[in-house]
Amino acid sequence: MKRILLMVLVVLAVLLPLSAGGSGEKENTVRIGVFEPASGDNGAGGKQETLGIQYAQSLTPTVDINGTTYNVELVLADNESSNDRAATAASMLVNEDVSVVLGSYGSAVSIAGSDIFRAAGVPVIGVTCTNPQITEGNTHYFRICFLDPFQGTVLADYAYNTLGARTAYCLAKLGDDYSSGLVNYFVEEFERLGGKCIMETFPDGNSDFTSYIANARNSGAEVFFSPTSTEAAQLIIDQSSSQGLPIPILAGDTWDSNVILQAAKGKDVDITVTTFYPEGADPEFDNGFKAWVNAEPARLANNGGDDTVAAVTAMGFDAYNFALQAIRNAGSSDPADVMAAIWDTEIDGVTGHIALEPVNGDAIRNTVYVKHCNTETGAWDALPAVVVGE
Amino acid sequence: MAGFFHDNLSYFLSGISVGGQYALIAIGYTMVYGILRLINFAHGDVFMCAGLVMVYFSSSFPFTISIPLVIIATVLLGFFIERVAYRPLRSAPRMSVMISAIGVSYLLQNAALYFTGGLAKVYPSIPFLSDTVVIWDATTKMVTLVTPFLTIALVIVLTLLIKHTKTGMAMRAVSRDFETSQLMGIKINSVISMTFVIGSLLAAVASLLYFTNYASVTPTSGSMPGLKAFVAAVFGGIGSIPGAVIGGFIIGICENIIRGGSSIFNIPGTGWTTFSDAFTFAFLIVILVVKPTGLFGEKAVDKV
Repeated sequence: MKRILLMVLVVLAVLLPLSAGGSGEKENTVRIGVFEPASGDNGAGGKQETLGIQYAQSLTPTVDINGTTYNVELVLADNESSNDRAATAASMLVNEDVSVVLGSYGSAVSIAGSDIFRAAGVPVIGVTCTNPQITEGNTHYFRICFLDPFQGTVLADYAYNTLGARTAYCLAKLGDDYSSGLVNYFVEEFERLGGKCIMETFPDGNSDFTSYIANARNSGAEVFFSPTSTEAAQLIIDQSSSQGLPIPILAGDTWDSNVILQAAKGKDVDITVTTFYPEGADPEFDNGFKAWVNAEPARLANNGGDDTVAAVTAMGFDAYNFALQAIRNAGSSDPADVMAAIWDTEIDGVTGHIALEPVNGDAIRNTVYVKHCNTETGAWDALPAVVVGE
Repeated sequence: MAGFFHDNLSYFLSGISVGGQYALIAIGYTMVYGILRLINFAHGDVFMCAGLVMVYFSSSFPFTISIPLVIIATVLLGFFIERVAYRPLRSAPRMSVMISAIGVSYLLQNAALYFTGGLAKVYPSIPFLSDTVVIWDATTKMVTLVTPFLTIALVIVLTLLIKHTKTGMAMRAVSRDFETSQLMGIKINSVISMTFVIGSLLAAVASLLYFTNYASVTPTSGSMPGLKAFVAAVFGGIGSIPGAVIGGFIIGICENIIRGGSSIFNIPGTGWTTFSDAFTFAFLIVILVVKPTGLFGEKAVDKV
């Protein structure tokens, strides 16, 4: 009996991968890879970004290349917010013959997957990964959002000039390119302005932030800067509220999420974030997206249980349209042609005009939106946007 | 001295509270090891499942019903894991059982990943436990105060159970000598089931306390507390219940003191928080080098 069971298991194990790999090539299809986390630390944000891409695809499901209409197929790969899984997810996309890849939410996984895409010659359009290293020194990784040096500078200016803080407590996750990078740029600018910074890091898998919050209070800091993942953010918000942390909390684009709003609702915390897109800036997009999300419970669950429009969703939407425009400009779905065409692609997206600079392929952006969390209503209040260099 | 405690009270408070939670989980490790000589790697994930079950139950039942339900569900989970994954391997080499435990651990994590969709679930705030209190100018949650007392009370009950009841006597006998106690007519399977029931019960209580403080549950939430609790059990001498409790408190307090190092000892530097886990584990190595059986490991009488 046991032997038969074992045989059946072995046969199944051999057959399963065969049947999975048996899908045939379809005519007239362009494949776009979606390299996003659906689980792990950044799962919530990754899912919202993917929703933006899927919503865009539902509005524009086809693309015309040289007079022929092609269907666009999205190929989703979960990089699990983990650097070692990012390479596997990237290889999977490369094997699926995608023309262009969008993603990822989270800078660390983008850097980790980058080499696989470079080796395969597949262009990648970074949607909300803000670390400068991603596009530096390569020609296959592009990006449609602003960068951390820019964001960090704006945040430091905000802390020093608007909040009037002279000492800042900065908390980053150990080994996370996004949070440690952003903290570095913040510290650089804050110290240049004449402020003092205390920098600390927490290890992966940590969920006890009480001692860090006590450190922040004991150090006499006037602002708490913690551009962490949303998962750590929930814990930081909860624990700083129960510990009665009296100073404002400042964070970057990752905190612009309804996860934060839900965690902060009814708590005694003061949270300000910088972001890519304020809800309400494009009512047509907002309403369309809300209707689309509410149409299916699964979408609503992926959006964190309500129909708030996250900035990353708007960015995902723009990234998809940007990629389609690049494919149209290239007149081909071959990755090499698309890569060459991306440099000169321009669109007017819901988050503003998108064009890339010719050195690293980063977006030319000069506006950062600032939002403050209203803990009574559980919604974002828009603060005046910061425009640099005008 | 009083001023020193006053200034750093919040570090000690969170250390004692997280230490109590580690202690409750560590008892589960140490009891199973004492009886089966098995390191139950799935224990941390049972703890995580208790947290997730609470998230789902509390959305449909009031707390007075959902809390007992969570405890019952966790106990059943522990019971079934033993029944399905460990009992059929009773006569197999010890290594096979351990691999089976690792398998169960991954099974639970992936099942949780499937049910939650990979997103962190916000733990409900239990009234009373999550109320904010101010003690001597340090603000914290009620659970921080409740944890050490509840932990000690549960340990006293457990010790009485082991010392003065028939089941307890059977447990001590089994942990001393597996085969002989079987020959003496002890129903070994029910004793082992009882061990898993007690371990899971304490894990459920620990999850109520832990997630009230750190209110977010993910599929991997159990791995770090599980690892630290296992370290606490080894630290106190695996197989010994008082050792696991004291080990839990020491690990919890140590890691928080190290995190607050620059503020407590007035030594500036940013490395303190970065290496807090490294310090904790280095401390474990030092203790084990000096006393290889852990703090209470040699007292064989106290095994379970």
